[in-house]
Amino acid sequence: MSASAPLVRGAHPLAISAGVALAAICCIALLAMLPGGATLAQQIVSGLMLGGIYVTVAVAFTLTIGVLNFLNFTIPTMFMLTGMVAWGLARWGLPFGLSGGLHWALALLGGIIVSIAASLVVERFTFRYLKTRHGDATEHAIPLVSSLGFLLIFEHLVLIVLGSEAQSFPVRFRLDWHLGPLVLGLPQLASLLLSLGIVFWLSWLLTSTRTGRALRSIAESPDTATLLGVEVTRIVPIVFLLSGLLCGVAGALFVVNYSDVSPFMGEHVGTKAIAAMVLGGLGSIWGAIAGGLLVGLMETLGIHFFGGDAAQVVVWSALLAAIVLRPQGLFGGTRIGKGKL
Amino acid sequence: MSGYWAGILAILAINIIFAYGIFVTAAAGQLNLGGAGFMAIGAYAAAVLGEQLGWSPALTVPAATLVTALVGFAIAFPVLRTRGVYMVLATFAFAHVVTGVILTQPALGGAMGLVVPDYVDLPVLIGAAIATTLLVFWLMATRLGLAMRALHDDELVSTLMGVPARAVQVASFAIGAGLAGLAGGLYAHHFSFVEAQYFSALLSIYVLLFVLIGGTQTAWGPLVGATFFTVVPELLRIGGSWRYVVFGAIIVAMMMFRPEGIVTRTLLARIGFRRRRVADAR
Repeated sequence: MSASAPLVRGAHPLAISAGVALAAICCIALLAMLPGGATLAQQIVSGLMLGGIYVTVAVAFTLTIGVLNFLNFTIPTMFMLTGMVAWGLARWGLPFGLSGGLHWALALLGGIIVSIAASLVVERFTFRYLKTRHGDATEHAIPLVSSLGFLLIFEHLVLIVLGSEAQSFPVRFRLDWHLGPLVLGLPQLASLLLSLGIVFWLSWLLTSTRTGRALRSIAESPDTATLLGVEVTRIVPIVFLLSGLLCGVAGALFVVNYSDVSPFMGEHVGTKAIAAMVLGGLGSIWGAIAGGLLVGLMETLGIHFFGGDAAQVVVWSALLAAIVLRPQGLFGGTRIGKGKL
Repeated sequence: MSGYWAGILAILAINIIFAYGIFVTAAAGQLNLGGAGFMAIGAYAAAVLGEQLGWSPALTVPAATLVTALVGFAIAFPVLRTRGVYMVLATFAFAHVVTGVILTQPALGGAMGLVVPDYVDLPVLIGAAIATTLLVFWLMATRLGLAMRALHDDELVSTLMGVPARAVQVASFAIGAGLAGLAGGLYAHHFSFVEAQYFSALLSIYVLLFVLIGGTQTAWGPLVGATFFTVVPELLRIGGSWRYVVFGAIIVAMMMFRPEGIVTRTLLARIGFRRRRVADAR
């Protein structure tokens, strides 16, 4: 009964997003049928596909901010780590000559596992030490600064072990689905659906499971959560495990679709994901979905109409305006925590 | 002095001024992750004034400082509506907007960069760094500096005690932006070339690290932090990327064991610089 209560009130985000998706598909189809609208519709479709990657990374950001109030700068690095490790495994195989080049699926799995492991290492050495409080205004920056330290460590370890050149992953799926005037990349469509699926699963996890309830209670107040018997030190690693998983999946999907990997691939996606998170409102998973798709759209349409650098100005100005004018995000909506402004 | 050390000293002088720019803001409890944006404004102001109007560095550098301080003053009002993580993100976005605007304006050279006419030599940079250091030490000893430290330690209580929080924060943000602009103007004239790519997000991150690792409690922090971060990587010449790994590990270890930074008030008291004041406090 309690699980279906939001549906009764007619405000369940899943229902809303299904409705929005349906309306969007209809609009794109209509646009594609209009004379001269096909190129624009194609741009919108590719923007949404790109947005799917941003959504996954943006949710990783928003999860750590929502639960722990921690802007984790290693998230883009984990994305990069997945891609580079997967490439290394596929090209060279396991370290120390234990095997030859691995099958692409195993390599991607290895990349995701390394990403999760790296995320847990970050938790061990940054967040667990936040307890040492000295109580001034820059205190909340401590884990942020450690995560910047880890960013340097991971990025340069990758440079040492795998080199600084941009590489190309051996497998790139090309399977296009021609739908009237539109070309849909099936792998891209599949990854959009997969990343959205993971995000929906995460949202269910947060609202309907015991772990999710513990996470939300920590988001509200870590001290009260501890008093009420939530084992904060055991629950917090779950946040990092999930964000590592999300980055790993995003990295793997990016590699499969675009096949370019480089030690610097995380920066572009990371900054776009931060923009997506802010547009959607910090700590809001549904906002991150909307924001990610919106940033993907703004990027492809901005490049289409104004060119690359001007598109950057558009995205970041919108972001700055959003932070200052609507810090709760463009859509408001449900948060993991109460949003610590 | 070899050219190698002269180069490091020049970078060190600019880093110290830049770090004080971020420190003055951080000393009032505000984190500015958009330092590179302010430095870029200063550098491009000096470059454009020098090239288009033919001003000498004696005029362009103060003008660059002033222009950046004014931009900082204007942007402080919307940005200081936010706090914590939001403020970090707002300043971060501001830096991206600045570099994006530079890249799209042909008058500013776009991605090609601008050549800056007059050359400013090392002694001027060192003089400016020393002057900035003395200025910030003096600033922190004034009533404004006291108000900034109070806001840094506890905003609620200092507001209750009658500290005009907003005015002090806007002032510190504008002064900090001006110092970052000064660093940018000197950078432009010393290296005779500016390009948007130099003022990246990574530069903002590095300078914030200088300040936070040095410590935000006293004006010694940025001096120690900038020196530490500029000189240690040079001493750690153990080959390419490894030194950055060691560097990152030092940052993580610092945050674990001494999150308040290298230099703190207690440390200074223990060394003896502030012996009398601490005795008074007791």
